[in-house]
Amino acid sequence: MEAAIRSERAARGRERASRSHHEPSFVRKYIFSTDHKVIGIQYLLTSLFMALVGGSMAMLVRLQLAWPGKAWPVLGAVFPDAFRDGVMRPDFYYALVTMHGTIMVFFVLTTILSGGFGNYLIPLQIGAGDMAFPVLNMVSYWLVPPAIIVLMAAFFVEGGAPGSGWTAYAPLSAVEGSAPGSGLGQTLWLISLALLMVSFLMGSLNYITTVLNLRARGMAMLRLPLTVWALFVAAILSLLSFPVLTAAAVMLLFDRHFGTSFFLPEGLVVGGRALEVSGGDPLLWQHLFWFLGHPEVYIIIVPAMGIVSEVLATHARKPVFGYRFMVGSLMAIAFLSFLVWGHHMFTSGMHPLLGTAFMTTTLIIAVPSAVKTFNWLATLWRARIRFTSAMLFAIGFVSLFVTGGLTGMVLGSPAANTYFHDTYFVVAHFHLVMGSAALFGVFAGIYHWFPKMFGRLMNEGLGRLHFWLTFVGVYATFFPMHFLGAAGMMRRVFSPQVYGFLQQLEPLNVAITASALGLGLAQFLFVYNFGYSLFRGARAGRNPWQATTLEWYAPSPPPHGNWDEAPPVVHRWPYDYSLPGAGEDFVPQTAPEPAVVLAGGAPAGGAAGGGEGA
Amino acid sequence: MQAETRPGADPRPAADPQPEAEGRGWGLITGVTVALLALGALFTTLLATGRWWLPPVASAHGAEIDRLFYTILVIIGTVFLLVQLTLAYFVLRFGSRPGTRALHWHDNRRLELLWTIIPAVILVALTTMGGLVWARIHTAPPPDAFTVEVTAEQFGWWVRYPGPDGVFGRTGPGLITRQNPLGLDPGDPLGGDDVVLLNDLRVPVERPVRVFLRAKDVIHSFFVPELRVKQDAVPGRTIEFWFTPTVRGEFEIACAELCGVGHFGMRGKLTVLSPDALEAWLAEQGH
Repeated sequence: MEAAIRSERAARGRERASRSHHEPSFVRKYIFSTDHKVIGIQYLLTSLFMALVGGSMAMLVRLQLAWPGKAWPVLGAVFPDAFRDGVMRPDFYYALVTMHGTIMVFFVLTTILSGGFGNYLIPLQIGAGDMAFPVLNMVSYWLVPPAIIVLMAAFFVEGGAPGSGWTAYAPLSAVEGSAPGSGLGQTLWLISLALLMVSFLMGSLNYITTVLNLRARGMAMLRLPLTVWALFVAAILSLLSFPVLTAAAVMLLFDRHFGTSFFLPEGLVVGGRALEVSGGDPLLWQHLFWFLGHPEVYIIIVPAMGIVSEVLATHARKPVFGYRFMVGSLMAIAFLSFLVWGHHMFTSGMHPLLGTAFMTTTLIIAVPSAVKTFNWLATLWRARIRFTSAMLFAIGFVSLFVTGGLTGMVLGSPAANTYFHDTYFVVAHFHLVMGSAALFGVFAGIYHWFPKMFGRLMNEGLGRLHFWLTFVGVYATFFPMHFLGAAGMMRRVFSPQVYGFLQQLEPLNVAITASALGLGLAQFLFVYNFGYSLFRGARAGRNPWQATTLEWYAPSPPPHGNWDEAPPVVHRWPYDYSLPGAGEDFVPQTAPEPAVVLAGGAPAGGAAGGGEGA
Repeated sequence: MQAETRPGADPRPAADPQPEAEGRGWGLITGVTVALLALGALFTTLLATGRWWLPPVASAHGAEIDRLFYTILVIIGTVFLLVQLTLAYFVLRFGSRPGTRALHWHDNRRLELLWTIIPAVILVALTTMGGLVWARIHTAPPPDAFTVEVTAEQFGWWVRYPGPDGVFGRTGPGLITRQNPLGLDPGDPLGGDDVVLLNDLRVPVERPVRVFLRAKDVIHSFFVPELRVKQDAVPGRTIEFWFTPTVRGEFEIACAELCGVGHFGMRGKLTVLSPDALEAWLAEQGH
């Protein structure tokens, strides 16, 4: 009988499809498309490309730190301006550090999680045909390539790319002549970020509106998959925090070019030259920057948490544990993330009393994070785990989130922070918790939704190999950085050989670089798998993972408008895995309430209802 | 029951990438890997304490910071091992098995409250402990403190002693020249005996040292690892902090805040010596 219903639905769907049949041109379909799925994939591919660029920069940084002063004739030939006699120049090193951070935070992790998964998943998982504002969505994506071009152009202007770090602390970023890249390069950096902020603003408005207004019939807020909850919460964070950074960037542009001094105090003497500025405060930039900057790390990690919750439940064949607490902790994290920015500034000269306040909020935010972790563990208890590549990366996420998150307890305590601030301990902390963990969320998401996006499965053997190498590689690369930090090695040193107390760290730095290079090379397995599976992967079918959420109700890949059959109607929450008495070990959200309890052993009422339905 | 055998009810597509039987072998490998990485992290940390670790502490408040750090480290280390090993065990134990199903269990208010309250209690303890140490570090300096001014610029540390009168002379940014790097006002009699040196800071042992920290151009950070001292130098502000060195010897002053292309080479020297030796050396500098 169900087969009959299916074929009837399919017939209706074909009818609908042929009614709206008009083939758009290639450009409208794949380039300037208003289809949320195409835009999502555009974001995804752009971000993956930028990950290769930003990752390669990290490799150059690691080469320098392991072997400072060594000549690399080949690199010198490729980048003649950046190497002198094959030896890396410090201004190029600082440009690399700055651009690596900027690219990875803004142009990889934010764009891929909010832009890529947000666009692709929100309409599909809530049962909508598209975003609320498809044209705005298209514009939001098409601001990203210009932002990237402006950013990368900084490498080719006089003075080179900025060397003031991704945090661009004033006055270093405000005064031309304070650093080699603080000329046109820094201006381009600011313009690029301002463009990207506008793009994120459009995106987040769109996500919020879509989630609130376009949910399918029956899709109550508390029936939303956790991915959508996470993307929704991240969009609210974006909406509230990115305008602050945009404003700060514009103020800094004014300081640089129009004679204001928001961030420049009286009596500034740079390179022996007294500046005609007065009344500003360098700490104002830090406050504005971190007011965005800290929510920003949650804009990245929250969607990754959502993806991981979804992937864990699906491949563990078990409902997410504590759904309401998962939603509640997301909201608590989001709210608190606006109150912790000062923990980046304990040693900045901010009043010590503020340090105490920010310590308190910072340690409080660990509570909802702990709740999430324990709920993930409880999700795995008495599960029936299928060890797919997606699942492995989700398990890896939990492990890395714990490892990286716990050291936040050290850094969040201002007295201990006095020693560890601006050392490699911090580098280890955030590369594990928001770099690697978020990246594991991204990989889990790609292995999980690739079949939906492209209609083909990724190669599982290669996927697993990619996981093992990446998981071990991440630990081997970033965990020993705690030791560098414990030994006092500062961040952003071009050469650790200048200081006596850093000399002994050389073997550790060499080992870390070796691990980093291995980790980097392992990513080409993923690139190959992605490309190969795009054309040669096994056909996926609608629902290869036997998942419950609405996107698996659509064909793979879904057509324009998403639903070939009638738009879905939601009857239940998204995590009915291994429901006792149900025929299969998963019950889709579209399954009507009484029709699922089919097998024996169910309560009498249910069985009766089930009997009728069958 | 009848639905299970009905072919039409099977929504599984043609390609099923994950035969359920694969669960257990992979579970073993994954669980063991997670456990080995966690134990490896513990083991390498223990190894690192002998070689790549905090340098021996050389200040009074530094000992308190270290105690705080080790307390936190033991707590997070314990949580780390418990959580990672639990994860490893669940992964190892609960792989898919043909013919069985996961437990449909997804809510337990008591458990949720348990793992909300226990972390909260631990964090209240950590916050209180951390807050007390932080407050003690930031008390007012004792009145008998040895006073010195440090001014950071790209890429060095200017040190100024107030001289025999114990008072710093006036400075002004407009007066800064190559010969007068701090802009000392020649008209101020109090400044006549000030001593200005580059990258050479000498302080007495076992006596509180009070530092007025300034910056001329961009933000720098005054970092002496052995003293557990790190304080940003911010243009436009004079930031005061103090510490009591407990060990005689020479230490390096590092810049810990990116300050430009020469940041990595902004190295100063701190010498901690006996009060008598310091007096003698200071008297020599005055001439």
